[in-house]
Amino acid sequence: MAISFGHIEELIALVDNVYSFDLGGYSRASLKRRVSRILTIYDIDFAGLKYNLVNSPGFFNKFLIEITVNVTEMFRDPPFYKSVREEICPYLATFPHIKVWSAGCATGEEVYSLAIVLSEQGLYNRSFIYGTDINTAVIERAKQGVIDLRKMKTYSDNYLQTEPNSSLSGYYTAKYDAAVIRHELRKNILFSTHNLISDGVFNEFQLITCRNVLIYFDTAFQYKITELLHASLTLFGFLCLGAKETLASNDLKNKFRIINKTYNIYQKIA
Amino acid sequence: MLELSTHIVYKLQRTGVLVLGCSAGGFELLTHILQALPPTLPYGVLAVIHRNARYETHLEKKLADKCAIGIKAAADKEPIESATAYFAPAGYHLLVEPNRSLSLDVSEPVHFCRPSIDVTMQSAADVYGPATAAILLSGANKDGAMGMMSIHRAGGLCIAQDPRYAEIDTMPAAAVALGGVHLILRNDELIIFSKQLSNYTFRN
Repeated sequence: MAISFGHIEELIALVDNVYSFDLGGYSRASLKRRVSRILTIYDIDFAGLKYNLVNSPGFFNKFLIEITVNVTEMFRDPPFYKSVREEICPYLATFPHIKVWSAGCATGEEVYSLAIVLSEQGLYNRSFIYGTDINTAVIERAKQGVIDLRKMKTYSDNYLQTEPNSSLSGYYTAKYDAAVIRHELRKNILFSTHNLISDGVFNEFQLITCRNVLIYFDTAFQYKITELLHASLTLFGFLCLGAKETLASNDLKNKFRIINKTYNIYQKIA
Repeated sequence: MLELSTHIVYKLQRTGVLVLGCSAGGFELLTHILQALPPTLPYGVLAVIHRNARYETHLEKKLADKCAIGIKAAADKEPIESATAYFAPAGYHLLVEPNRSLSLDVSEPVHFCRPSIDVTMQSAADVYGPATAAILLSGANKDGAMGMMSIHRAGGLCIAQDPRYAEIDTMPAAAVALGGVHLILRNDELIIFSKQLSNYTFRN
């Protein structure tokens, strides 16, 4: 069944009323696609979706799992990781302790990629990486550190494009069709749920990555989230947005200097 | 001047956005179409071509020098301006918001494609309804056929490159077979058609 933008507004109001969960700042075009997808997955129409949300215990969690986009890769945008290594790591090396936050990390591939870069720069042992996402199911998967072995071919190609000194296969153990991330790489990582809209600052970081998250929000919420990220950074800490995400307002632009224009890496200066 | 039937002219008079879809073998024709579009075009263009996210291309920059209309890589939450073509960035789906601004999305590929032509066409039809027009060119998969169907159902206008003249006919042929296409044009007709697009007054 085709749904309209009117249905989406109705759904946003319902989820707010019943669960006090605010979907109001989500991009409507993307939300509409996700909701259509949920109707297909559960083989229900819009009335059925509303009925389940109100009357079926546990359905809201399933709904939340599908409403966010959880597509991620290891070393997505290889030049970005090269820039982290060459432009950010020398700065990070000057801090006694390095706290990193990957906000909206989905199944954790980015967290493990950052761990590899930090490890290769000799910084991992004094680093701690927090991976957070609104979606509890993907956080559970991230904690497992198990990646489909078939995807590792693409990830290896990505990794090689960052011009590293080693090979990706050194960081995981292949078991049947799974790649298990090695323990040494996982010891300084914590995965946890966090809602960028309703939860606040929880630590002070030297590096925050929030890539391909802002695009799912309208401009008002993009601003709100970026303010939270700014408040969570130490002075001269780094903020990395997605390749198509820039700082929205002049107010925020004045608080950062641009480190990498193509991959939207910023350093907090005020 | 290409003679068009009354119902096609009627659809062109109320057009508010044009979606161009192109894959393998269609890029040269797409370039000619963009070059033919007049600077007085009263609406914006969304261009979706299948390209590999892995290789940096400077497509938009190269095209911008050759075209009378504006050529840009689509930016997230950017409003759609008339006489401007917005290219879906490699690795992102291009969507349209109800307030007629653009949105990017990295959700699952469709037909192994991201950007997917189907996704942009469906999204444009959601927002512009009968004011959506689309042209689908050469390509080696069936992306675009479902999207053209969505535009057709919304009352918009769907044009396909004549599969006999397409370098790879799979894509336009799939759209024609699915039944969403109003008009099938040869390559030379597509150019003439594009040139005359500012002749129809905007009635919305």
